[in-house]
Amino acid sequence: MSELSVNHLLGIKYITEEDIHLIFETADHFKEVINRPIKKVPSLRDITIANLFFENSTRTRLSFELAEKRLSADVVNFSAASSSVKKGETLIDTVNNILSMKVDMVVMRHPNPGAGIFLSRHIDASIVNAGDGAHEHPTQALLDCFSIRERLGDVAGKKVVIVGDILHSRVALSNIFALQKLGAEVKVCGPKTLIPKYIENLGVEVEGNLQKALQWCDVANMLRVQNERMDISYFPSTREYAQQFGLTKKVLDSLDKEIIVMHPGPINRGVEVTSDVADSDQAIILDQVQNGVAVRMAVIYLLASKIKHHED
Amino acid sequence: MSQKVLLNATEINIALHRLACQLIENHDTFEDTVLIGIQPRGVFLAERLKRLLQEEYKIQNIRLGYLDITFYRDDFRRSDKPLEANKTKINFIVEDQKVVFIDDVLYTGRSIRSALTAIQSFGRPLEIELLTLIDRRFSRHLPIQPDYRGRQVDAINKEKVKVCWKENDGEDAVYLIEK
Repeated sequence: MSELSVNHLLGIKYITEEDIHLIFETADHFKEVINRPIKKVPSLRDITIANLFFENSTRTRLSFELAEKRLSADVVNFSAASSSVKKGETLIDTVNNILSMKVDMVVMRHPNPGAGIFLSRHIDASIVNAGDGAHEHPTQALLDCFSIRERLGDVAGKKVVIVGDILHSRVALSNIFALQKLGAEVKVCGPKTLIPKYIENLGVEVEGNLQKALQWCDVANMLRVQNERMDISYFPSTREYAQQFGLTKKVLDSLDKEIIVMHPGPINRGVEVTSDVADSDQAIILDQVQNGVAVRMAVIYLLASKIKHHED
Repeated sequence: MSQKVLLNATEINIALHRLACQLIENHDTFEDTVLIGIQPRGVFLAERLKRLLQEEYKIQNIRLGYLDITFYRDDFRRSDKPLEANKTKINFIVEDQKVVFIDDVLYTGRSIRSALTAIQSFGRPLEIELLTLIDRRFSRHLPIQPDYRGRQVDAINKEKVKVCWKENDGEDAVYLIEK
């Protein structure tokens, strides 16, 4: 069997199409496992994983922790709010301290882009990037593509529009890389102020009109408006944003085809999507959450199989 | 590399009929019994036995599931490549059922050890039996023995026993391969 081409999952940019397919095939098996009466396998009994969250997160952290526990790994959690980072310790020192307690893998979320890559050059453990600033969030993109594949059979040839705050979104960047590697076409749609200047260089088209974008696509990925990352006003008001770029049931029903609606969460109901859209059959938001656990199990399992404790 | 035939198609057929009859002796109508083929290669044998029991011996409603043991193996990260999983397909709860594990070759016993752990995810069976087509003596690492065996074989460790099935390998035969 093939194995991953990398020892860390730092971003979708650094892995191959084959890696993505391998992760999906492995995740298929884990999806079956987490739907059993007993949702746990003993594969990673002798692996210890540290979840280092230097930035707030609820579902990603919960999803990683569940994935680790369902593989029987030992898990330690760390959050910056209650740590010595506040006391001035450097990232490498913090992580090395944790690693000297014999940790094999680090799942890290950090506000600085490239934090995972930096760390991977200085420490021995496998690193999984759980979001680094506005750079990448690879497992989110993998679970998004896995959910598209599950619903539509394949990702190749599909048309996907990513709507909203592309500028601050690591989900958008990872999704663009993943979708393109798998052979999908990608457009982005949102207020001009929230579209990065050179996005076309990634082979992505920009569409300013939501209705047109939706008419074109098979899948609409509605990103969250990240108020906490906006240091200045990027659009006049939330109400105006919702009117121009919010997805309502009326708009959805006016299309000549049935598209799939995704959202990485947490949803601002009435802003990116209205409640009736979020709760409709076309929305696969909760499937995404369930698939998140299976996909993260696959990533951790495949990376862990490259860690050798036993020299034989 | 040389190989010799341990069982030919006729001998396999005789063994399958005998194993089917032995199963019937112990399990009668199979009302509380489920068959579990161990992935990947036990599945062919399990399907054959199911078909035989249904067509030749007119036993209906035989429940057969596939169990993949990859995530339960004790050699994770000891081999060079990641262990590749297969599909687990068990559409019933094994709680209070008599379970018969079916695999083609019993060698070290480690696969069956893993299967014993894996099956617990589907409930608490009343009892578990083991059926194998080939039982390799002198090579067990664990205290595990089959309840039903097609043929006992004395093979040394550097030899390999290969079971071929018509539906997968083009012929029914068991070979002893010397590496």
